[in-house]
Amino acid sequence: MKDSLREKLEILAESAKYDVSCASSGTTRKHKNGQIGSAHGWGICHSFTEDGRCVSLLKIMLTNYCIYDCAYCINRRSNDLRRATFTIAELVELTVEFYRRNYIEGLFLSSGVIRNPDYTMERLVRVARQLREVEHFNGYLHLKSIPGASRELVAKAGRYADRLSINLEIAKEENLKRLAPEKDHASIFRPMSYISQGFLESAEDRRRLRHAPRFAPAGQSTQMIVGASDETDREILTLSSTLYTRPSMKRVYYSGYIPINDYDRRLPTQQPPLAREHRLYQADWLMRFYGFRSNEIVDERYPNLDLEIDPKLSWALRHPECFPVDINRADYELILRVPGIGVKSAQLIVTARRYHRVTASMLRKMGVVMKRAQYFLQCLELPALGINELNPRIVRQRLITPAQRRQSPNQLTLVFPNE
Amino acid sequence: MMNRFSNPTQTAVFRYDKTFEGLLCALFDAYVRHTFPEQLIGPEEPIPLFTQQIHEVLTRTEAAERVWKGLKRKLGSNVRRMLVFAWLSEEEGSDTLLLRYMRKTFDTPASIIGVFTDSDVLQVKKIAQKVAKEKERLIQFVRFQKAGDGSYFAPVSPLYNVLPLSLGYFTDRFADQRWLLYDTKRRYGYYYDLKQPLEVTLEEDGPLLEGWLSDDLCAADEHLFQERWKSYFQAVTIRERLHPQLHRQLMPRRFWKYLPEKQSYQ
Ligand code: SF4
Repeated sequence: MKDSLREKLEILAESAKYDVSCASSGTTRKHKNGQIGSAHGWGICHSFTEDGRCVSLLKIMLTNYCIYDCAYCINRRSNDLRRATFTIAELVELTVEFYRRNYIEGLFLSSGVIRNPDYTMERLVRVARQLREVEHFNGYLHLKSIPGASRELVAKAGRYADRLSINLEIAKEENLKRLAPEKDHASIFRPMSYISQGFLESAEDRRRLRHAPRFAPAGQSTQMIVGASDETDREILTLSSTLYTRPSMKRVYYSGYIPINDYDRRLPTQQPPLAREHRLYQADWLMRFYGFRSNEIVDERYPNLDLEIDPKLSWALRHPECFPVDINRADYELILRVPGIGVKSAQLIVTARRYHRVTASMLRKMGVVMKRAQYFLQCLELPALGINELNPRIVRQRLITPAQRRQSPNQLTLVFPNE
Repeated sequence: MMNRFSNPTQTAVFRYDKTFEGLLCALFDAYVRHTFPEQLIGPEEPIPLFTQQIHEVLTRTEAAERVWKGLKRKLGSNVRRMLVFAWLSEEEGSDTLLLRYMRKTFDTPASIIGVFTDSDVLQVKKIAQKVAKEKERLIQFVRFQKAGDGSYFAPVSPLYNVLPLSLGYFTDRFADQRWLLYDTKRRYGYYYDLKQPLEVTLEEDGPLLEGWLSDDLCAADEHLFQERWKSYFQAVTIRERLHPQLHRQLMPRRFWKYLPEKQSYQ
């Protein structure tokens, strides 16, 4: 017997998979009586794909029919591909059944544009409402807002969703217009600010009235495609850091361009090295958790990230004057800047040194990667062969291991050596 | 502080019942007898060579409670939780490690919890972190199968004994469905009857120990949803970027046997 729902599921998952965001974090909600499920503060990955990505949400499209023709998208109208559309009931059933089996944390729903932005957006909202109000589904809900959607519909979506997102896709507007003629930055930034406003207003209301309705409590996220057009890492990261100044903006995702529509002459025929996407995430991480500003990571002289070494090491090599850092005295923020020391070990160090002087062997036990850190820190018994004695070029040479030189740029695995 | 207990010519061994309560009683007895054991052994274990002294610990609830109360005075709930986590690791030697940790807690006037320069303190923390990680993984990779009677069943076999630690998650999230989580390695589990999880042990040759509900036990649409999930899993893979090594690192092989997406059906 053929399962037609399964076929739709395959088609519409295929169509949605290039959207990288999957985090289901940001909301904690206990189970309530008469409802299904809860939301767990830290997003749980329930599976991992064979390319190593987290599967947390049922990431799916309502339909992959689309009236637009964005060059970088597999669902563009000029592509000849299998198309399908879920009914609202089908999608709701799949979500609930998967959820009850602990396959997923919830639903991440997007859609191709059918008829017009508001018509499409309205259907997304109907799925969300059905789940929340009829099924009393209490799991995680992420809706992707349609470019050009109206304020009313974004407001409705925010009532039901934990997170809303709208993808920027291309950092420079001229490039976006070239590749996606039906879109411009305004059609994206406008819904983005509707989300920001709704988020802030609801936070404000809830301070006064505890039961005021929530609006996308997990905020919003966005995605940029990397390598489909000529943006430098500096242009991308500067834009990210501006986006992060919005209080509702929780994550910016970077998606290495995959040449799916290689017949289109406006697009490069090659995909950028996976290392670039990876370095961008590291840089983003440094901005969010390590107190780095974007112009410390990339600047006019170095507009692109170094693909051979991570951005933290790269910064350290450009700033020998900041080292060595005295592990027993320096501030937490400075310790965090030492290559080879992550958040966890930095915290252990500042706690432990209240009781004893911290030595090199203790650092090792605390998970510090001494192979890297040794050139940048000072503690009692470490030989004084640091970055200033050796000079940055030599340290760099030593830290690019032969193994790493052999490794293809598509095989990088670690997010951070010490995370 | 050292010479209160140690007597270099003797190796003291305590035998206890390998329960956490028993461990607390061992500590209690050590203080009463002024002898701190170098080694702990379980009921069936042979006595090590060169043992000078063997003491049989009797597990008594009052003694265990007194020790636990004493710990409560000196340790916050997070640290006590860490001790329980380390205990559930079932790792070789973790019991003597915990005994030393608790002894140091009592013998040192100041708190020892942040003294990571002490290898016992660091070690307990590390083991507890490994256990916490395994608990997270259990929560990630449990897959319920729906039974014909509307209840849900999931087999587990974690590296450490973390099933009891994960119950909070399941009772919260799946509060409105009946479920049975069963550790097929340690042969016990919990049945949740819509009110609370109860510890259960299944008969040795029962149909559930295989891990998969047989056709006559599972709900009519169960296989359909397993197949759909598997199809979904395959559809979202980006084949241009296959990375089996990372895949196995994130989702270790030992979990695959109970994951529908990693099964091959005919
Ligand atoms: S609007 Fe969205 S789905 Fe449609 S072609 Fe553009 S990116 Fe693809």
